[in-house]
Amino acid sequence: MSFQIPIGPQHPALKEPISLRMTVEGEVITDVDMRLGYNHRGMEKLAEEKSWLQNIYVTERICGICSHSHATCYVQGVEKLMELAPPRRGLYIRYLVAELERVHSHLLWLGVAGHEAGFDSFFMYTWRDREIVMDLLEMISGNRVHYAINTLGGVRRDIDEGQKAKILEGVATLRKRSEYYFYIGANEPSFVARIAGVGYLSKESAIALCAVGPVARASGVARDVRKDDPCAVYGELDFEVATADTCDVLGRVVVRVKELLESYKLIEQMVKGLPAGDIAVKAPRKAKPGEVVSRYEAPRGENIHYIKANGTDKPERLKVRAPTLANYPATVEMLRKGFIADIPLIFAAIDPCICCAERTVTLVAAGSGEESVVRMSDLRRQALARHQNAPVKRNAVWPL
Amino acid sequence: MAVVRTLLYLVVYPGLLFLFVYSTFCEWFDRKVYARLQNRMGPTHTGRFGLLQPIADFFKLMAKEDIVPEAADKRLFSILPVVGLAVVATAGLLLPVWNFDLANPGLTSFSGDIIVVLYLLSLPTLILFLAAWASTNPFATIGGARVLTMFFGYEVPLFLAVLSPAILADSWRLAEIAAFYQAKPLLLLTNLLGFIVAVIAVQAKLERTPFDIPHAETEIVGGTFTEYSGKKLALFRLTFDIELVVSSGLLAAVFLGGFPGGAVVGFLHFVVKTLFVIFLLSLLRALTSRIRIDQVVSFAWKYLAPLAVLQLLVTILLKGLLS
Repeated sequence: MSFQIPIGPQHPALKEPISLRMTVEGEVITDVDMRLGYNHRGMEKLAEEKSWLQNIYVTERICGICSHSHATCYVQGVEKLMELAPPRRGLYIRYLVAELERVHSHLLWLGVAGHEAGFDSFFMYTWRDREIVMDLLEMISGNRVHYAINTLGGVRRDIDEGQKAKILEGVATLRKRSEYYFYIGANEPSFVARIAGVGYLSKESAIALCAVGPVARASGVARDVRKDDPCAVYGELDFEVATADTCDVLGRVVVRVKELLESYKLIEQMVKGLPAGDIAVKAPRKAKPGEVVSRYEAPRGENIHYIKANGTDKPERLKVRAPTLANYPATVEMLRKGFIADIPLIFAAIDPCICCAERTVTLVAAGSGEESVVRMSDLRRQALARHQNAPVKRNAVWPL
Repeated sequence: MAVVRTLLYLVVYPGLLFLFVYSTFCEWFDRKVYARLQNRMGPTHTGRFGLLQPIADFFKLMAKEDIVPEAADKRLFSILPVVGLAVVATAGLLLPVWNFDLANPGLTSFSGDIIVVLYLLSLPTLILFLAAWASTNPFATIGGARVLTMFFGYEVPLFLAVLSPAILADSWRLAEIAAFYQAKPLLLLTNLLGFIVAVIAVQAKLERTPFDIPHAETEIVGGTFTEYSGKKLALFRLTFDIELVVSSGLLAAVFLGGFPGGAVVGFLHFVVKTLFVIFLLSLLRALTSRIRIDQVVSFAWKYLAPLAVLQLLVTILLKGLLS
């Protein structure tokens, strides 16, 4: 018997709204349909109306987890447009925060993966340890989520000796714990039984479907912007690109834990080798006309910002390609022929950040399923008409 | 007088009221152990040490809006939680902790009561399946199918494991089995394998991690309970709590030497031994992740069932040696 089950837009496995329509036969998925557009926020349009400086804080709010990634990606691009050279100390602090953010994002993901597999103990432990890195970020920037440490031409806050010692101490604890989680994640029989061989994505299809980040690296594609196109400080630091060749969710767990260990290495190098000097240079108010593409390896994969300047103090166009969007085609491929039980794991394994990737809204009639394109003014007129004719709210009959 | 006694027996001790209080205490214990193993506090606010939290949860759910879906089979949908509760509470009456009198088998302690307890503990599974089917929700339907699929996995190993000590004791009456092992405590060790199999099977029967597949929230929302809310959900939760007490009581009676020493000391034995079994179940719950439905069935038939058969073989050989 073949029938459809809707995963989303509202579902306990999803932290954000997306619609995955699974056609299943018994417990096996035969077809997958993915619908986006439940969480459009108009970020790109908003960016066109803000100044270069204000936009740092807009881009920071694209994502609540990799907030620094978007801000850094944007700032890198604008600095290139403005031909600014930030001082090395500023760059070190910027990428120090970036690596700390990667640590918190990966620890968060490990917990989510544990929860999706029903391994709540793993979830509780990783999230407890995530607090260590959250506290470090708060100490450095003053905030737990939106660090607001970037500015055009450098960073906004310096770090002192006491903070350095605390970072090293926190990282030492985290390294010990992460090694333990590595052991658990790769050896706990019931957990491994759930993730090994699940969500297979071959190396060829990973390349063909443009998978990015840990998803691509778990399929054996050693693709990392930090290594391939070393921006700013990464060329001076010693680290390796973590890969796995199992091509499944287990590989994605392994890659992320290995990346955690690499990030600790990077953090220690950056803290110990922090150069002296200023943390920022003064940025001009306007940028010369031109366009730039900025790439940055976010915790979830390659993040791309395209920025176009027209000589004013505002960008003419800002296009954001979040890593989650690049991983959707691969997700559909991974879900096919899987079990219902594997849906949350496979989907979570790309570390989806749905609102980052939303750029369009589709209007679908609830009854007929018909899609239509409507202008904003028409939509408003329809809404007003509907409200005028609608009965008083308490007597209303709400159709499902 | 006899009527009043029977009523007290059914309603107060060891009937509904006692089972309610003790099962909520066991839920608290389970939650607390599970939380401490995960580096959390567990319930702390309601009552001392959060002891009243499960009771508060129960009453809160009782007061919540109770929705019956349009498409559901309304009569079946509404009556199943009550039937489930009645079935497990009846099973609770058969435990040898309140009818320890060996010479005088009464209505609740008779030859063959171990089979009746096992049967009554199997019924909730069918009730869950029917509940899922009656609610006509796709998630619930999948949950119901999973309930039954899992049932075929763990039920046979559980029966084999629980019945082999009875074969050694040469009795189908729980009180007599317990008395046999109280007389020869060393023989309990020969049933260790069966105990391990039974603990795992009971974990599956109670649908707790790693076997919480029928209501795996990240996969199929509420699973079997997707459409249940309010009073009915509260009763289902209570059913599971009482089932936890009864099945751990059954394991304690069969594998841990029962509850010797009359009403008071026997009751203490009951509390300590059931809590021990629940502790093992909580440990298992904290240490594992949910496995897939096909893995449950293959695990049950590849490992649990052969181990249970091995236990049966050991028991039969031992019985030949002893006689």
